[in-house]
Parts: sequence; structure tokens; C-alpha cells
Amino acid sequence: MYAAEAVILTIITASTPLLLAAIGELVTERAGVLNLGVEGMMIMGAVCGFIAAFLSGSAMFGVLAGLSAGVAMSMIFAFLTQTLMTSQMATGLALTLFGLGLSGLIGESFTGQPGVKLAALAMPSLSTIPFLGPVLFGHDILVYLSLGLTAAVAYVLFRTRLGLIIIAVGGNHHSAHALGYNVIRVRYACIAFGGACSGLAGTYLSLAYTSQWIENMSAGRGWIALALVVFATWMPKRVLIGAYLFGTVWIMGLYVQGLGVPIPSQLLSSLPYLVTIAALIIISGNRMITKVNTPACIGQPFSPER
Amino acid sequence: MKNLLGSVALALTIIVTLGTPSAADKLKVGFIYVGPIGDHGWSYQHDQGRLAVEKELGDKVETVFVEKVAYGPDAERAITRLARQNAGLIFTTSFGFMKPTLKVAEKFPKVKFEHATGYKRSKNVASYNARFYEGRYINGQIAAKMSKSGIAGYIASFPIPEVVMGINSFILGAQTINPDFKLKVVWVNSWFDPGKEADAAKVLIGQGADILTQHTDSTAAMQIANEKGVYAFGQASDMIKFGPKAQLTAIINNWAPYYIERTKAVLNGNWKSVASWKGLTAGTVKMAAYTNMPEDVAKMAADTEAKITNGTLHPFAGPIYKQDGTLAVPAGKNIDDGPLLGMNWYVKGVDGQLPK
Repeated sequence: MYAAEAVILTIITASTPLLLAAIGELVTERAGVLNLGVEGMMIMGAVCGFIAAFLSGSAMFGVLAGLSAGVAMSMIFAFLTQTLMTSQMATGLALTLFGLGLSGLIGESFTGQPGVKLAALAMPSLSTIPFLGPVLFGHDILVYLSLGLTAAVAYVLFRTRLGLIIIAVGGNHHSAHALGYNVIRVRYACIAFGGACSGLAGTYLSLAYTSQWIENMSAGRGWIALALVVFATWMPKRVLIGAYLFGTVWIMGLYVQGLGVPIPSQLLSSLPYLVTIAALIIISGNRMITKVNTPACIGQPFSPER
Repeated sequence: MKNLLGSVALALTIIVTLGTPSAADKLKVGFIYVGPIGDHGWSYQHDQGRLAVEKELGDKVETVFVEKVAYGPDAERAITRLARQNAGLIFTTSFGFMKPTLKVAEKFPKVKFEHATGYKRSKNVASYNARFYEGRYINGQIAAKMSKSGIAGYIASFPIPEVVMGINSFILGAQTINPDFKLKVVWVNSWFDPGKEADAAKVLIGQGADILTQHTDSTAAMQIANEKGVYAFGQASDMIKFGPKAQLTAIINNWAPYYIERTKAVLNGNWKSVASWKGLTAGTVKMAAYTNMPEDVAKMAADTEAKITNGTLHPFAGPIYKQDGTLAVPAGKNIDDGPLLGMNWYVKGVDGQLPK
């Protein structure tokens, strides 16, 4: 029983940062913007969240700081790509490099310091139920937030007027503009949402996953999140499945090694990628639906004058 | 006007040339690191060595370093740049820098190079490494004494001889205390991914390991051990801050004595290309304080450390059997350095298969 519980808890920890970053990027991409700077925003969220929590002693303050750092980074991207009309691809890549470098610089004196741990939400009586207690009620706020956000994004995108506007802006920005929507403003907002989520994902790494700051600690998770969004064909539900599938295969890979099952570890390390891609390709098998869900204007700049 | 400019330029040239001789008197020592010096592990410890050189030799030397250098062409460029900047001695501190170091060394025959953890040398390229496995043998003994479940978890990076000999040394040490001691090895296929190292730690604890040890670079596993109430060993540097209740001891990479010795050799003009592989005896490998254990265990550990230091105990003393039962080292003999440096087999008692 204990072993199963430990595995499930570890899977949830491994999946949460991916889900957080991916659900934010999904909204950004739905509005027609491809922000390749997820990794950079994430690492800035990690360092700022860590420093704020370390200096104030409050993990919640750290979460807010990480969120703000993500938004601030995304606003640099938004200003460059939406106002100055730079290439989204190049700007996104630059944002990642910038974030990795800057985070190393500002975090330098904080490496090698044990940080503040984001504690589990106190749910007395509930979290003491054997097995179900820790698995369902023993998490920190970001785990619940990641799941809540996924549900909220799914609802807003497909059940509300705001969602229709976002999808319209991403699907055909000229039509959206002609209908009177402010394309640039909608995109700014969606980029900010993506930044906030990436910032939270980073904070999760430095406060909950491991409570410490180390340069480059995101170790490519931003890129995995980006890939998840595409393979999930911009559907929140599939992003959720993809993130948890990735986390599950990732942890099971470590688990079977510990049991001494003779499977090469190199194969186990690559399995999360292979399985997730294969699964998402299979569930996205219907080409019509995939085409409908692909934001047609992704990566294209929009100028209202034209 | 032209004249005025000319004389200003001349004056500047004089100042510069006057300024250089005093700088040229100093020996410039360059360091190339694979990670950030803030990794609190491998590269951090090399940088501590650099600082020790500066402290020991004062104005006789000037040190420069380049951090986060990627393997491949980037490394070649970084090493060349240091050589062009008149560095007299250059330490390249990661296995993957071996080929670029040898290539650049050919072009700069007067510059001395030192490559860490490699196996190739040339006239002006020496190689150096440390016998970390000596520390792991002590760790194994402590683990067998301290474990209640009789199972330790080992977070490993890549199946290269350096890592494999560490695993073997650990289990050989443990078997001297408890012949049935179990070791679960998890390969994370990365030197540095705090998240994944933490995951592996949690999985191993979930599978019953109550002692963790690692051959990866971050402090994540130590922190998890502290949280979950199990013991762990620090890697590369003292990690007691991350595991005040968990750290039993740590294997500390102490490059300072070697770096000082080699820098002095260049200053005295008697530098030679050698292969240096030193351990506890020379102080290249150091053990952190033995903490969180009863006194008798700490005493046993200190005894073993003393025996390895004075040469009466070799962790790979025969008889040693491979996992499949074949005899690898006969009784009464110690393993030679050659087979040790090429080790690609588990000793008896390790569970699981070694990835190829």
C-alpha cells in the first residue's frame, strides 16, 4: 500500500509543472501566438519564486513572485512580437536564452541554500484517511490549481463568449478585427496568462518539487510542455492526459529499474516521450477535428492597419 | 594634429608595453568548467580549487575561468581563447573535454594542459582524476550498519566505468558488514536534473531503501531524504545544509592540493605530463564529518578511512566475484588500475542489469 501511494504521489509531482506550463501555452497558442520562451519564463519563475520565499520566509509570497516573474517575462515577449512585430519564433527562442542567463545571474548567491518548502494545504480529517487521504487531499495549492486551471480553460474556451473571441483571434485575426475585436489586446492578455502559468510551473520546481534553487533546474521541462500542447492538438483535456501520461511513464521507468527489471535504462528514459507522442497521435486520429482545433493564424504577426 | 594623435598613440603603446611585463611575470592559469560554478557540486568544487591556487600563490599567478562550456566545438573555442590570452596552464575539468584539449594542445606546444577524468595524454597534456571509490567503500560500510531494511538506493547517472566502480565499491564495503545487503540502482541518464533526481529518490524510498546515495550532481536527493526521514550520503561537496538530519557523511572532491602542486611545477619549470589518480592519501578525496550515526559506527568509518589512507586496505581487494559468479580478482591480490578504469561489470550482490 505504501509503495503504491508513494508512486502516485511522485507521479503527481512530476506531472504538475508540465501541466501548468502546457495549459498556459495552450491559451497563448489558441490566440494565435507561438511563444517558444516557456523554458525561459519557467526558470525565471523558479528563481524569483525561490528568492522571494527565501527572503520573506513565506512560500505563498514566493508563489506570487514566481507568477509575476512569468508575467513580466511574457510581457517582454508580447511587446516585441505584438507591438514591434518581431518574429515570434526568434523572439521566443531569445526569451528562453535570456531567461536561462538572467536567472543564473540573479540566483547566483542563492545556490546552495536550502529554501522554503511549499507545504500541503491543511485539510484536517480528510488527509488522514488511509491511502485516499494523501493521494487526494495531501497536496500543495499548485497541484489543485493546475487541475482547476485546466478545467477552467476548457470551460472558458468552449463554453463562453470570451473563449469564442480567443479562438476567433487565433483562427482568423483579420475577421476578428473586422468584427471589432482588439486582436492585439486579446493576444497580450493570452500571452500574459501563458507567462503566469509558466511562472507558476517554475515556482513549483523551486518550492515544491525540490525546495532549492540551482541554475538550469528546469532541465528542458518547458520544451516538453510546448510539445505537449501541439500533440494534444490544443485541447485542454488532452493536455491533461498527456502531462499525466508523461509523468506516469517517467516515474514508472524509475520504478521498474528499482525493482531490477532488465530493461535498458536508456530505453526507459526515452519511453515517456515515445509513449506520450504515440498516445496523443492516436487520440488525435480524426484529421477533421485536428484541423478545426489548430489555430490557423499561429505564429503570424497581425497589424491592424493592413 | 596628425602628429599629436601620433604621439598620443605612441604614449599609449608605451604605457601598454610598460604595463605588460609585470602581468607577463605572472603565470596565467585557466579553468574550463562544464557546469555553472553555482551547481554546488562538480564544477563548484573545481572552482574551490582555483580559489585555493590564488590564495596559496598570491601575486605569482592570475586565474581565469570559463563556466558552462558545452562539449564539442564550443569547448575547443573556449580552450583556444584561453591559450591565446597567454595562459600558461589550462585545466579542462570534464571528461567530454578530452578531444578538444588534445587538439588545442597540439597548436600551443608551449602551453601546459591538464585534463580531468580522461585517459589520453600527450607531451603537454597531463590527465588527473580522483579515487572517489575509496570514499564509496566507507559509505557502503556505514550504510550496512545504519540501514534497518538492509536496502540502499543508488541514483546513478550514466553507465561509464567511473560510475560503475563507485557502485561496486559501495556494495563491496556494505558486504563486509552485511553479506546480504541489497542495492537498488536507478539510472536517471543525466548528470544534472534536480527534479528527476528527486523523483528517483522518492521511488527508491517507496521501494524500501532507507539509505540513499548518488552519482549525480544536485542536492535534490539529500533534501528528499531529510524530508522523508531516511539517511543519505553527500556527493562532490558537503551537503549537510540540505540534510541536517539525513547526511551521514559526504565524499568531497578536493582538487586544491593537486592544482597548487601542478601550478607550482609550472612556476618552477619542472612540469611533466603525468597521469595522476590520487585519493584519500593525497587529500584529493576527503570525507565530511561522520554525522547522524552512533559513535561506534563513526569509529568504524574513521578506522576504514585510516586504513585506506595508509594503504593497508584496498576497496577492490580479492577475492572479487562478478555478478555472474566468475572470479574477477583472485584472493590476496588487489585489482590493477587498468581493469578498474575500464570497469563494465557489476560485482556479485548488485541487483539488476548494467545498461550497456
